[in-house]
Amino acid sequence: MKAFGAAALAIVLVALAAACGSTKKSAPAGGSQSSCAKGSLNLVSAGTLTVGTDNPAFPPWFGGTPKSPWKVSDPRSGQGFESAVAYAVAKQLGFSKSEVEWKHVPFSNSYAPGPKSFDFDINEISFTAARAKVVSFSDSYYDVNQSVVVNKGTPIASVTNVAGLKPYELGAQLGTTSYQLIQNTINPSKKPSVFPTNTGAVQALKNKQIDGLVVDLPTAFYVTAVQVPNSKVLGQFPTTPGGEHFGMVFEKGNSLVRCVNNALTKLRDRGTLKQLQQKWLAKATGAPTLK
Amino acid sequence: MSALRLEAVRKSFGANEVLGGIDLELEEHEVVCLIGASGSGKSTLLRCVNLLEPLDSGRIFLGEEEITRRGVDANAVRRRIGIVFQAFNLFPHMSVLRNVTLGPRDALKLPREEAESRALELLGRFGLADRGDDYPDRLSGGQQQRVAIVRALAMRPQLMLLDEVTSALDPELVAEVLEVIRELAEGGMTMLIATHEMSFARDIANRVCFLDAGLILEQGPPGEIFQRPREPRTRQFLERIIEAGRL
Amino acid sequence: MASEGDRRPDLEVEARRSRVLDGLRLEAEGARGVAIALLSTVVFLAVVVVAVMQSPGWPAVHQAFFGWHDISSSFPEVARAFKLNVKIFLVCEVFILALALVIAVLRSLPGPVFFPLRALAVIYTDLARGVPTILVIALLGYGVPGLQLSGVPRSRVFWAGVALVLVYSGYVAEVYRAGIESVHPSQEAAARSLGLSRFQALRRVILPQAVRRVVPPLLNDFIGLQKDTALVGVLGVVEAFNQTQIDSSATFTYGSYLAAAALFVALTIPLARFTDWLLARDRRRRQAAGLVV
Repeated sequence: MKAFGAAALAIVLVALAAACGSTKKSAPAGGSQSSCAKGSLNLVSAGTLTVGTDNPAFPPWFGGTPKSPWKVSDPRSGQGFESAVAYAVAKQLGFSKSEVEWKHVPFSNSYAPGPKSFDFDINEISFTAARAKVVSFSDSYYDVNQSVVVNKGTPIASVTNVAGLKPYELGAQLGTTSYQLIQNTINPSKKPSVFPTNTGAVQALKNKQIDGLVVDLPTAFYVTAVQVPNSKVLGQFPTTPGGEHFGMVFEKGNSLVRCVNNALTKLRDRGTLKQLQQKWLAKATGAPTLK
Repeated sequence: MSALRLEAVRKSFGANEVLGGIDLELEEHEVVCLIGASGSGKSTLLRCVNLLEPLDSGRIFLGEEEITRRGVDANAVRRRIGIVFQAFNLFPHMSVLRNVTLGPRDALKLPREEAESRALELLGRFGLADRGDDYPDRLSGGQQQRVAIVRALAMRPQLMLLDEVTSALDPELVAEVLEVIRELAEGGMTMLIATHEMSFARDIANRVCFLDAGLILEQGPPGEIFQRPREPRTRQFLERIIEAGRL
Repeated sequence: MASEGDRRPDLEVEARRSRVLDGLRLEAEGARGVAIALLSTVVFLAVVVVAVMQSPGWPAVHQAFFGWHDISSSFPEVARAFKLNVKIFLVCEVFILALALVIAVLRSLPGPVFFPLRALAVIYTDLARGVPTILVIALLGYGVPGLQLSGVPRSRVFWAGVALVLVYSGYVAEVYRAGIESVHPSQEAAARSLGLSRFQALRRVILPQAVRRVVPPLLNDFIGLQKDTALVGVLGVVEAFNQTQIDSSATFTYGSYLAAAALFVALTIPLARFTDWLLARDRRRRQAAGLVV
């Protein structure tokens, strides 16, 4: 029938269009490779540096008394390692404290496709090659060591090496590289758990529903100090070659990365990063290394 | 001692008084037909006898036992009374055989073989022997109603109540059901029958009761009631029936 | 010489021919209408597809959601995690069907003496349907083990299962209730008039009919349960949705979501067809035997 022939033709045309479809890449935001002068930065909101992080904001990454809508800590306080680093970078770029805006960005939103609502996101996000295909990362602002937190007086608390962790039920938080570490380095016989929130992970440890919680070392100290009474940091994992590091997350191809990297380099050269680490993450050195 | 006795039975539904004080007595093996206009209370009367409706006042006796007393085991009473409804009410999710054996097996606690043989014997007697495995929706209206009667009979009741059992049937199917009822009457079953089939009533009833507005206005042998009705309302009712060609 | 009689066969042939032509014309018109509808739908879809693919954000969205490598590489682990979801809903569904039936029957008990039981059933269904499932799961999954009572299981899967059973029984009880109330009262009258007790009438006559009638909404709730097993992930248990999030946060893409979606759909479709078949087979039974309902 003639009409069916026409329909078939339409389908073929559509298929062709799809196959040779538009392959134009979205133009990198702010194409020109010009200066990092404050006025010519590629920003979401002109004149303001918009920084994203998740809520609640936990110590030692953030500190200060929380004010609505932020819980546990307040990123605007400048206290806490990540808050301090963000303001230090902002200062290098020429922004005063009042020109920095903080935005609540749930972790899963930070990598959603489409234009970002922030200039960069700072939220203990580890760099991985796979992730770097989708977003742009800044250079490292902190080299991470993973560690494991356990309840005192439980069988797992007497483990001294990585192999000893194998028979236990371990947990990690969603979005961290801790889960990969559990799978690859420990390879436990019991299926590990992955918690969408820090709160859930901590509760499960308290309830002894998991034996050990794998988190980065600074977070581990916060957990043992504040969140889970009668817990301790069993030890930290040996640093992997190349190491693991936290980076700020940007929209892919954002020219702002270059300028932030310049700022980080300056801060590192001047010793500011080390200072901030010592101030906020001092305790994060005193855990034995599990072999 | 009568098989069934109703004393001053009253029943209202809300503000509507349906039975206004019924006195009625049935002897064993007696066949009594209830006639009257729709809404005169025939169905309600039968449902009250079967304890499906509670009375507002009055008493009902089945043999010596007052079945409307406090603390009576209604289920046990209902096992001794069989009732067949206008709408057959067969259980559509069960085969004919299962419909008939449900009562004997669950209520009378008969073993399966005994219940089934009783059922097959009854079904055979009324020409339904080969329909045991069929489901009700495969049967004609007349067949379904006959199964409904068999279902009630399988309980070996002392008394059978029939509530307009042919009113929902196509005319050509009515005869087969009336045949079954006639056989039951000839077999000596005590029966209380509400019906519109006046010729049939005249044939098989020992007594006919005319119900009007919740009271038994007149009762007597069929010859009397149909030929020499005393009450004017009885006469009116019968005239309308005759006009409609149903007598 | 032609006569009247001769002309009649010609007229008959003529009449027959025009009837056949009329028939063909109607058929052609019908087919033409269908073809137009089909063609316009295809054209409309084509326009939508082309518009989407020409949009500036398409390459990013394509990479994020439809990257074949992401979808296929996450699939094995998501499928493995999915087995837990299947186990959970199979076990829970059995308990739900049973508990919900008890609640529905309690709700239907007549008479003033049973009022407390009826009230209990109403309160239960109100609470079960009112509180978001995720809250019940979190409360039971973390709260009960947190009490540190001896002898009480600590397993999160266990308590999540309990939560799902408690919540869904509320919904399913209402479905049963609708089914029970849809069975004509004359069925109960017929059963009771044989001398069966209320319980026997319920068990043999009413419930079998009631349940058959509500198979579609029961299946709806069952499918809902299949999805809600994903909420168990809130407690950290790695079921299919949690696994998709793990993969997603590792690659910063959403291909794993598609893999999980495919699994859920693959489960739902055969189930729905199976139920259709059950219902078709049972439809003839539902012709009431002389009921005016």
